[in-house]
This record gives sequence, C-alpha cells and structure tokens, in this order.
Amino acid sequence: MSEKITGIAASSGIAIAKVFVLANPEIVIERKTVSDKAGEVERLEKALATSKSELEIIRDKAKVDLGEDKAAIFDAHLLVLSDPELVGAVKSKIESDSLSAEAALDDVSSMFISMFENMDNDYMKERAADIRDVSKRVISHLLNLQFASPASITEETIVVAEDLTPSDTAQLNRKYVKGFATDIGGRTSHSAIMSRSMEIPAVVGTKTIMEKAEQGVLAIVDGLSGEVILDPTPEEVDKYKKKQADFQAQQEEWKKLVNESTKTADDHHVELAANIGNPGDIEGVLNNGGEAVGLYRTEFLYMGRDKLPTEDEQFEAYKAVLEKMEGKPVVIRTLDIGGDKELPYLDLPKEMNPFLGFRAIRLCLEQQDIFRTQLRALLRASSYGQLKVMFPMIATLNEFREAKGILLEEKEKLVSEGTSVSDNIEIGMMVEIPSTAVLADRFAKEVDFFSIGTNDLIQYTMAADRMNERVSYLYQPYNPSILRLINNVITAAHKEGKWAGMCGEMAGDETAIPLLLALGLDEFSMSATSILPARSQLAKLSKEELSKHKEAFLNLDTVDEVIDYVKTHLS
Amino acid sequence: MVEKIFKVTSSAGIHARPATSLVNKASQFNSDLNIEYNGRKANLKSIMGVMAMGIQQGAEIKITAQGSDESEAIKAIEETMKSEGLGE
Repeated sequence: MSEKITGIAASSGIAIAKVFVLANPEIVIERKTVSDKAGEVERLEKALATSKSELEIIRDKAKVDLGEDKAAIFDAHLLVLSDPELVGAVKSKIESDSLSAEAALDDVSSMFISMFENMDNDYMKERAADIRDVSKRVISHLLNLQFASPASITEETIVVAEDLTPSDTAQLNRKYVKGFATDIGGRTSHSAIMSRSMEIPAVVGTKTIMEKAEQGVLAIVDGLSGEVILDPTPEEVDKYKKKQADFQAQQEEWKKLVNESTKTADDHHVELAANIGNPGDIEGVLNNGGEAVGLYRTEFLYMGRDKLPTEDEQFEAYKAVLEKMEGKPVVIRTLDIGGDKELPYLDLPKEMNPFLGFRAIRLCLEQQDIFRTQLRALLRASSYGQLKVMFPMIATLNEFREAKGILLEEKEKLVSEGTSVSDNIEIGMMVEIPSTAVLADRFAKEVDFFSIGTNDLIQYTMAADRMNERVSYLYQPYNPSILRLINNVITAAHKEGKWAGMCGEMAGDETAIPLLLALGLDEFSMSATSILPARSQLAKLSKEELSKHKEAFLNLDTVDEVIDYVKTHLS
Repeated sequence: MVEKIFKVTSSAGIHARPATSLVNKASQFNSDLNIEYNGRKANLKSIMGVMAMGIQQGAEIKITAQGSDESEAIKAIEETMKSEGLGE
C-alpha cells in the first residue's frame, strides 16, 4: 500500500525505481555442535569462494569507477579471505570443538577484531572494521543472508540507507543509482552535498525510511518537495512521471542558458561558479554553464585511503582541474580536515568539540610538512590555468599572514629550482569564523579576495551544530545577524578594491539570491546544478532596484520578517 | 633457510596497501615465509599476521624463507619492499 514519508529535500529531481536497502543483515549465530565436521569445512570453503568472487567483482568495478586507489581496499579484503592464519584457525576450531562453520569463524574473527581494536594506533583500530566486514560477508553466505554493498548494484535503484558515509558514496554507481533516501542528515550533511554534486535526486532526514522500506519495492524520491513514496499506486506513478517530465523540461529550458553570461535585468554581471570535490566534477560544471570553480574541496584527495597523497598525485589533480577549466578562474581551498572529516592515518586524538578544534588551517600551520606538500603541488599546477588559493578556517590575521608567508616561501623555492610558477595567483581566505567577518575591514587590506562559507559561518554565529537535528531550527541563513556579517564582508572587500564571493549552500538559494545581489556579492559559488536556475532568476532581478532595500532588510528583527520581505519586496 | 633484514622507511609503516603487496608476493612461493619484528614472528602469507605487528617507520624487520624456492622468494620480497617504497 502506498505510503508517503517526508524528509528534507537534498537534491532536486524525481526518481522512480525499486528500493535497494543498504543495510547489513542482522546476524544471529547459533552456537551448535555438528557431527559432520568435513561437511562444515566444505561449507566454509564454499562460502569463502563465493565471497571471493563477489569481492573480485566489486574490486574490478571499483577500479573502473573510482580508480586503483579506492579499489585497493578490496585487495586487502580478498587477502583476509585467504589468510592462512584465519582460515587455518577456523578449520581447526571446527575439528577440535565440533563447531558449525559460522560459529567457528565468528569466534576466530572476533579474536582478531579485538586484537586490532586494542592496538595502540587509530589506523590499526580501523582495520578491525575491515575484518568485521569480510567475516560478515562470509557468515552471511553461510547463513544464506543477503548482503548489501553499494558497489554491487547493477540495476536502476533507489538506495535507502540510515546514512551514507563518504566511502559508501564513493562506491555508488551513478548509472544505476537513480535516487537515494536516508534516515539521518540535513541539507548540508555529507550525503546531501554528494547527492547534489552527483546530480542524483535525494531526500535525507526521513527518520523512518529504513524501518518502512522493503527491498525491491517500487519507490518515488521527490527531491523537490522532500517526499518519498513507497509502493505508489499506478495513479501516483503517472503523476510523478509527469512531474519528472516537467522537471526535465524545465532543465531543458535552463540548459539554453548554458552558454549565456550571467546578467541581471539592469545589465550587471555577477560570476556564477561551482563547488567541486573531484576533477571528475568539472564535466558537470561545464555542462551547467559554470563560469568558474568557486570552491575545490581538496580534502577528498586525502580521504578513503591509507596514507597522505604525494605531491605528484596532488599536482596531477590540480592540473587536471585547471586545464579542464580552460583559463577560467579556479579557487582551490587548502586542506580542510578535522571536524566531521577525519583522516584515520593522521592519528589525531578524538576531540570533545571537533568543529571548534584542531582542524583545517590550524592543523596545516602545525603539521607544515602536509601543508607545504599541498602548496608545492598547487604552485606547480598554477601555470596550467587561473589558480586562486584559499585558506580555510582563518580566525586571526596572524594565521592568514603565516599561511601566506609559507606559500610565498614555497613559491620562491620552486622558482629557484627552475620550476615555472604563475605570477598571478590570488591568495584569499574563507570567511566562516565570525571574528573574520567582524574584522573584515582589516583583513581586506591583506587578502586578494574573500569567500564566505555560510554553512560554517551560520553554525558558528548561532552556536548550533549543523549535524544536530534538534537544533536545526537555528540554521537560519536569512537571519539579520548573518546578513549583517555578510554585508560587513562585502563592504570591506569593495572598499579595498577586492572581490567577495560566497561558497556556502546559501549562494544558490532562491530566497538568498536577491538579498545577496542587493548586498553587492560578486561571485556566487554553488552546486553545479543550481547554476542555471540561478542564472535564470538573476536575469529577472535588478541590482539597482534591490540595493535600495538594503537598509530596510538589514534592520529587520527576525528571520521570518526577512523571508516575508523577500517575498513581498524583492521577487 | 635464508634471511634478510630490512629497515622500514615508509612514513606510514607497513599499512594495508603495502602489506597487501607483500602478502600477495609471499603467497606465490612454496617456501615458508616469516616476518620477525620486535621479538614477535608472523606468517608473511597472512595479511592479518603482518598487519597485527603494527610495524612503524624506522622499524628493523627480519624476513626468513625456508623451502625449495627460498632464494627466489627472498629476492622477490626485496623487490616488493623497494617498489612499494617500504624500505631497504
């Protein structure tokens, strides 16, 4: 029977396909003794062989879709399956204790898991999860349970999961995954951001989808309204097919704007740029008419692997992005790790308040070898396009000066080694910590540009964890306090002849765009899919008219008043 | 029996990826191959045995091979150590 579940619209579009529940089956192992020991050993061998061929398929697919690097983890998983110590121990347990294959495997792998978990090294602790993964796969085969892996999807599906981790999403195949729905998360959670950059319709934060969705049932994901319909009626399917067609027609309409420049009704130009995470995202940027890359999040180069990327690996990635953008501006943000983005191999201590802790530029200024490697890679790539370097999480002028100083040092070294480095690299910073928005007039004298990171700026200004659903009502982009900070940044930049951009979610938001245009924002950087709708919206707005309202909306009391004001005066 | 001592130079020690290469290489030979570090010994054909040693940068490890193809095995391991940038 048809059932509607409401969540948060995370990525626009309509998807209609069968549900693929991405959940590991609950495993109950009965500890029973067996009489046919040889039969148990045979069952074990068979389950190992099945798991092996499954993992080989996953690895080969991952190699094609994600590259050697990300596929390497599955080579390690395969070796666990044929590990003589593990398999030998399981077999002798079957022999000596007359245990069933699953009970014996569970005993042995638990021993290994606890051994790794007790090691004095976070990286090794993480490896316990690999063993758990592999033994779960084998035990599932022994118990005839279906095992879900995002990489094994080979037909059109809607992926349903509690949440999608970065490594889950890395394994999703865009060809088959038509949409996804998760129980947790908000518009700015990792899964939501990924869905937009992969252009997959998504609804997050449904709370109940895992409980209600059944494997293989037809479902509709409405990424426009934030609704998921399970087991829809034929009428509903027809209705949504129409909605899907309308959406696609509108997309087509927007597509016509791909090669147009961005002009307001009064002929004022602003730059519409895109946020990317990988060189592979550039295709989407160009297809959507992006005029620049306003934010390249380099941390994805560092994630999903077991050691730091080398200078050459980074150089290749940066060069690829710069070349593909063919001389259009590319703002590359230096490593922003820490907070919710961990790197197991850096072995950083757990923190009580990771968002307020040792992350981003704070980490880079202390662990300078990591920072300098990245800067060298950036500088070497600079001769392949128009590079702008941006530092994340700057709180004080001293931090900016130090980071810039290190960059210039590395530049000098490279130049003296005879490497060609561009002479026109702009050096700017993210404005995401309120201290910098307040002191923007001082910063503006030393930076080449500002890019306002609203996701963090809002969370730090409102003191509300953006991952915590219970305080999500405080995530208020249009709160007058936020607008005043933004105004302060833009005014300060312009006074020094610098430019101000925005690379948070707010830059592509329909309600925010008139406000930001009125405040004089120069560059709007957003998910690639938001560019054309934004271009179409901006063409209908007059900057001169809107700026007359600036004082009025900056002096409103509440977020609701601002939203009302936009509706009545600025649309 | 043949043996060889290596010094681990890789900054990450012997982690999953290089360990995978070592174990894969070792598994191609008939000889018994073992790795010794810090007074402990593990089967070089066992990924978990190797990983569980938690070998860090700067460690001195001993690899021993015993069997019909022991010299070839040690040579191949030495090549893998070098090509993976693990040590010398």
